[in-house]
Amino acid sequence: MESKITLAHGSGGEKYRELVQEIFLPAYSNEYLSPLTDSAILEGGGKIAMTTDSYVVRPLFFPGGDIGSLAVSGTVNDLAVSGALPKYISVGMILEAGLEMDVLKRIVDSISNTAEKAGVKVVTGDTKVVESKSADEIFINTAGVGIFPSGRIIPTQKIEAGDRIIISGCMASHGMAVMNARNNLGFFPPIESDAAPLGKLVDAIFMNENNIIHAMRDPTRGGVAATLCEWVTSTTDIIIYQGSVPVRPDVAAACRLLGLDPLHIANEGIILFSVPEKCADSVLAALRKEEYGKDSAIIGEVREGRGTVSAVTDFGSKIRITMPNGELLPRIC
Amino acid sequence: MCLAIPGTITKIEDMEAYVDYGGVSKCADIRLVENVKVGDIVLVHAGFVIQILDKENGEELQKLVEETMGIIYK
Amino acid sequence: MKNSIEDLINAIKLLAETMSEVSIMEVCGTHTASIRKYGIPSVLPGNIRLVSGPGCPVCVTSQEDINMALSIADSEKVIFTCFGDMMRVPCGDKSLYSLREAGRDIRIVTSPMDAIDISKTNPEKQVVYFGIGFETTAPHTAALVDEIDKQNINNISVLNSHKTMPQAITHLLKDECRVDALLCPGHVAAITGSDAFSFVPEKLNLPAAIAGFEAYEILAAILSILTMLKTNRKECVNMYPGVVTKSGNLKALELINRVMEPEDAVWRGLGSIPGSGLRFRDRYAGFDATKRFEIPGNKTQEPKGCLCSGILRGENIPTDCGHFGKSCNPHSPMGPCMVSSEGSCFSYYRYRDV
Repeated sequence: MESKITLAHGSGGEKYRELVQEIFLPAYSNEYLSPLTDSAILEGGGKIAMTTDSYVVRPLFFPGGDIGSLAVSGTVNDLAVSGALPKYISVGMILEAGLEMDVLKRIVDSISNTAEKAGVKVVTGDTKVVESKSADEIFINTAGVGIFPSGRIIPTQKIEAGDRIIISGCMASHGMAVMNARNNLGFFPPIESDAAPLGKLVDAIFMNENNIIHAMRDPTRGGVAATLCEWVTSTTDIIIYQGSVPVRPDVAAACRLLGLDPLHIANEGIILFSVPEKCADSVLAALRKEEYGKDSAIIGEVREGRGTVSAVTDFGSKIRITMPNGELLPRIC
Repeated sequence: MCLAIPGTITKIEDMEAYVDYGGVSKCADIRLVENVKVGDIVLVHAGFVIQILDKENGEELQKLVEETMGIIYK
Repeated sequence: MKNSIEDLINAIKLLAETMSEVSIMEVCGTHTASIRKYGIPSVLPGNIRLVSGPGCPVCVTSQEDINMALSIADSEKVIFTCFGDMMRVPCGDKSLYSLREAGRDIRIVTSPMDAIDISKTNPEKQVVYFGIGFETTAPHTAALVDEIDKQNINNISVLNSHKTMPQAITHLLKDECRVDALLCPGHVAAITGSDAFSFVPEKLNLPAAIAGFEAYEILAAILSILTMLKTNRKECVNMYPGVVTKSGNLKALELINRVMEPEDAVWRGLGSIPGSGLRFRDRYAGFDATKRFEIPGNKTQEPKGCLCSGILRGENIPTDCGHFGKSCNPHSPMGPCMVSSEGSCFSYYRYRDV
């Protein structure tokens, strides 16, 4: 095996087959992929959920994750929050000629490990190679397919007055981890991303058939604030209890130092739920039993209103929460 | 204009202090202050320590508030 | 007995009931942001108004200085370094952010000293540091220049756009008393000392309180101000005693004074204010970026209808501006008050009263 990716690896010939046989197949090995047919033939039946996302994160490897683990968990989570059980993913890659083979192998292994953790199989894929400088090392696209277990009520994705807002873990970790790594901000120990596949977390809620979820979403870019602003309608208001939104101390400190609002920072390992008040406690209990749900908390409520999202402090002041704008830049002055 | 955050000094190497902000640390330059030592709580702005904090700050402010309340409610 | 934040709020309400309209000006971008972040206006009685003055250094950096920054940064021989705040300030249709997107090497630093490491790992490039900020940040730039002088580093220079507060406050408030009191910037005072603000009661005849940046500290300072107004006392009270001393940070002041001297400066929206800027003394003039680079003169107009200058003077509030929230918003800012995360318009928009 060569030490670097070349154009030949992408041209469908001997070198490409070598890549598939020596790197992809051993990592992803399963009965759907092994025949290496043009399409994977899968079990479905009934409603299916499908999603796709592309991953261009820099740096490629950061504390708590990498582009590979992100490519799996991001897509798995999009399936999970639609109420589906994630089952299959495809992995499409565009590689820059000159990419170190070791780097590719590390990323592929990470995809494999995360897929196993998430309970999904990599069933098909594609790899292209472009000339040096035509792509930035590696871009990945993953598409995911999920199924709906019988009896599962698919969330309407509409919040309702009276709902409680629940968060499954600490906010802002991923965005701060990547910002610190990419810009060499000098925080130590390095801040870790929260990137994780959350299919099992959502499943745990549905185990109790009395649990109803009105809406759920993984608050990626734009953070918790963006999701809440997208959820609110012209006949509802969302109120968040400011001190109740969990955030890791190191992340909170880094946000304070850079003058950033953690509500606006990207997450890759948490889910926001809007659930009827009567289910709130049991949803919370189900989440807290899970590996990725230990810091779950009720953080707010939905009331009848006119489309405002706001936070209340413990001394009674009220603050508007708005959509964040563009790429967040640390402020000092 | 003046975002400055308190932290605790955990180590000093020449002109650099390692400052712990509660779970995460970052280095800061100490040339703008005198006699700073490990264990001091300091105020850091834009990568420099600008003040060593009086551990009784909270108490001093409370005294001032007390006095003010005394004037209002007398 | 400890007074809680609710006690402060109740005392403020009590005093306010016996007073007519009160206008308190703050002159610190971080106060603007903190006041909005903690929702302070939502717990103040309606007759107590907080007004934002020209306290955001990003907002008051002149068009000329921004043009200079853009000219210098728009070169493949230059690595341009600055705080994140300055990236999006528009000048015409360009900004440092747009130049970076177009491929220029523009880097955000969290300390001026980062520029030294960058200069050492890129000896073939000229590194330029954009020095903005008031007295809190000027010592840092002075320290940078002092260090590069000591180490004899010849590929760094500094675009010095620092300004000082007292002259601007006097310029703004000396003639008409459009405000009743001043909330003084706690971290500027940490450097200058509380005595540096005694001119506010003595020369401008206004009560003043030096304030910290947490909700409790800001409310305590407001309470102190209202008490002074009620009892007709004109003083400058230090309500940030754990951080601010009478004479300030002497080491920092000595460094500023050694490396820089006052000059007249143009404040965006306010015009030229004598003695309100800082430039390098002759000894350090070699590190002045304006002397190292050829900078073409450039006249840029403020966007039509932009009310930033009135807002910076405390004469207008953001909602007075026809562009606010419509063509001018955080996603596409027109003027500096919306660009900066400490600008009045940005704070107003982001943390709108509910």
